[in-house]
Amino acid sequence: MSSTTLSVSKISVRNLTIRYGSFTALSDVSLEIPPNQVFGIIGPANSGKTSFLNAINRMDMMRSNMQVTGSVHFNGVDVRSWRNVYALRSKIGVVFPLPVGLPLSIYDNVALSPRLRGLTDKTQIDEIVERSLRRAALWDEVKDRLTSLGSLLSGGQQQRLTIARALSQDPEVLMLDEFSIAVDPVTTMRIEDVLKELKQQMTVILVTNLVQQANRLADQTAFFLDGRCVEVGETRALFDGQVRDQRTNDYIEGRFG
Amino acid sequence: MHPAATIDTNRFGAEAINLKNAQVQKLVMILLGIMATVLVIPVVMIVITLIQRGGPAISWAFLTTFPSNGMTAGGIFPALLGTVWLVAISLLASVPLGVAAAIYLSEYAPQDHWLTRVINLATINLAGVPSIVHALFGLGAFVAFFHLGTSILAASLTLAVMTLPVVIVASWESLQSVPQAFREACWNMGATRWQTIWHVVLPNALTGILTGIILQVSRAAGETAPIMFTGAAFFLPHLPSGVMDQTMALALHLFTISTQVPGVPDEIPFGVALVLFGIVLVVNTFSIWLRMYLRSKKKW
Repeated sequence: MSSTTLSVSKISVRNLTIRYGSFTALSDVSLEIPPNQVFGIIGPANSGKTSFLNAINRMDMMRSNMQVTGSVHFNGVDVRSWRNVYALRSKIGVVFPLPVGLPLSIYDNVALSPRLRGLTDKTQIDEIVERSLRRAALWDEVKDRLTSLGSLLSGGQQQRLTIARALSQDPEVLMLDEFSIAVDPVTTMRIEDVLKELKQQMTVILVTNLVQQANRLADQTAFFLDGRCVEVGETRALFDGQVRDQRTNDYIEGRFG
Repeated sequence: MHPAATIDTNRFGAEAINLKNAQVQKLVMILLGIMATVLVIPVVMIVITLIQRGGPAISWAFLTTFPSNGMTAGGIFPALLGTVWLVAISLLASVPLGVAAAIYLSEYAPQDHWLTRVINLATINLAGVPSIVHALFGLGAFVAFFHLGTSILAASLTLAVMTLPVVIVASWESLQSVPQAFREACWNMGATRWQTIWHVVLPNALTGILTGIILQVSRAAGETAPIMFTGAAFFLPHLPSGVMDQTMALALHLFTISTQVPGVPDEIPFGVALVLFGIVLVVNTFSIWLRMYLRSKKKW
């Protein structure tokens, strides 16, 4: 394994295996995620997609029964050698399947992360909040009611609020876990447009259960099935039928899953 | 003909059976309703009796003067003040300890660890211990072992041990009612467990924690057994000058003048009971109001 691979990849995963007790959620996955791309991960439920994301930002530390073997390198450094995992996590924004508007004001939702990192300057925080909300295409809808509760926004707005919150960290990687499950189609399209913009500045990992979403957005796509990475490749090639494994084709064409 | 049209409607719900079910349902509803209403009877009777027989004793002087003539006349001031002292100091001890324990159990303790199970088991059993046993524990531990003597401090600490498990359970439950997704969201953005607790979990659990604590006020105020060996006196001619003094207390005062002192006019014990009941009622009503008020501002 040459060192050049490590420096080119934003995230480099080697032989990653994740177990919960005796249940194996992910086994022996190796893949390279290049910077400034949308990296799509598709696959049916329970194929290990969420566990994969959890291993990248060391959320296994917060779950007593999650065991991770193999390695994940972030910017060429093993995530397990980061002494300050909180700094690691603040470089990786996460968006969940169901929008999580924290029971704080819209402003405080977005300001939370900068404040946690010790930022107290009001003008700086104002600036981050506005910039993050603009980047998440939410600013125009909420700029007049920044003090109202974030948890009372509509589902689609809350999901964009979650994205704004993730962007307030100024992350190098944005991980989205089936973000469109609870979001209407129009908002989904808006968020997809946002993601196309964002990949200029960061690496986006897009876990999705919508095959066509991966087709629309992802530069590369990985297909996970039953805890294994069946195939990784250029999205266009995969969707043109240039697959090594018949199961990938079957899933893309909607024959199962 | 389309098969759906041939389905016999009686196959799914015969009229006769529906009628019988409806009658049974009505009967059950009435029976359960009666039983629920029966609950109200003792409360109403207690209130009426207390007001009828204790009402005449209540006056400003009753609340603010010392007992006189061997406790057969006068007021209840030192007992009232003593109860306030005991409750306040016991909460001062049990609340920080109880809330801290609840935070640990809810947010930090690994759920399947043996130590967690032992602490949970201890909490549940502590809640089930009769108050007279708490009294003996307080006598042994605080009065004798820690040399606090029979004092307000010893009695308050005994009350604190008694109320601790309920404070823990109430706080734990309201911490658990904060959705896990909020914690996950904070952790994922690089917050430590403590930052998550401080910024998101605690502010949203505060309602439940507060009501749990307030309900313990009425419980601590009403208990007699835990304080009678540890710091409450039958009669004192002066107010306590500090936490190492003994004090009078309402609950014990009621017991004393009802059973130990001959010739007390009837309205005085009933008056004491009315005051005690009034305190409990006010505190509980406040707690219910607070809960409703804060729930109306619920944020998710």
